[in-house]
Amino acid sequence: MHFFEEMEVGQRSELGSFTFTAEGIKKFAAQFDPQRFHLDEEEGKKSLFGGLAASGWHVGCVCMKLLVADAQRHAKEAAARGEEVAVLGPSPGFRELRWIRPVLAGDTISFASEIETKRTSEKRPEWGIVQARNTGTNQRGEPVFSLLATAFVPRRSDRP
Amino acid sequence: MTLTLEDFPPGRLGTFGPRHVTREEMLAFAAEFDPQPMHLDEEAAKRLMLKGLSASGWHLCSLMMRMMCDGFLGRTASMGSPGVSEVRWLAPLRPGDDLLLDVEVTEARVSKSRPESGIVTFKGVVRNAGGEALCEMVSPIIVRRREGGA
Repeated sequence: MHFFEEMEVGQRSELGSFTFTAEGIKKFAAQFDPQRFHLDEEEGKKSLFGGLAASGWHVGCVCMKLLVADAQRHAKEAAARGEEVAVLGPSPGFRELRWIRPVLAGDTISFASEIETKRTSEKRPEWGIVQARNTGTNQRGEPVFSLLATAFVPRRSDRP
Repeated sequence: MTLTLEDFPPGRLGTFGPRHVTREEMLAFAAEFDPQPMHLDEEAAKRLMLKGLSASGWHLCSLMMRMMCDGFLGRTASMGSPGVSEVRWLAPLRPGDDLLLDVEVTEARVSKSRPESGIVTFKGVVRNAGGEALCEMVSPIIVRRREGGA
């Protein structure tokens, strides 16, 4: 996680990857999205997905998980350098979420985030508002997931 | 009977829930998917923008999905979804809240690429027990047409 001042439009961060297991897919689906193609291999094969497919919400949640882990890595490094630590603010929402291809059991998805816009908040001058395109790509290099996220990002307290 | 495209004319579909959300499940979700202090650390959360512990927005979306499954998708010939047009997180979900989900069909049309199915666009608004809107979601879902088509 960086401060608003250090973020630039076009900046891209690789967030790491995650392997979706059959067990993990079924566990998430049983809790939040109990549709047959997310719960059962045979039903998955018969569906448009062609196999046991992760709930799209599971894919989005894993992207969030890796975003937070990346932010916490940066915060730890800044703290180790004795610098001020940026704590990410809440998000007012997202747009254009696309489940481009199914994520099937055994797939490994690599996530990345690229900054598209940045502006300061009029109502909250200590915050900036950043839009980033978060994407997921499978082990064959095919895009599977994309969304345009918005988040409050802290400005440096010592800004001019 | 399984619901098909023909069962989703534009207009109000219904209100689903209530779904009680416990502190324990909020913390468990946050620990796994969104371990930020605002979702995980009661004391730290008080000093942050949302002024108290709040659920991850992804948890709230996942709960809305579950409420849609329990409410009508579980008995619908759903074939999956291409995505979500928009999600707006309007107010924080707090521990112990009871959720109600209002769902409206904003558009229903036959698919051009798969004429045996159609695209139904749902708009969901989830509210807490006080009636405050917490999240709005607009999401298209692919739904099979009745056997033989129309």
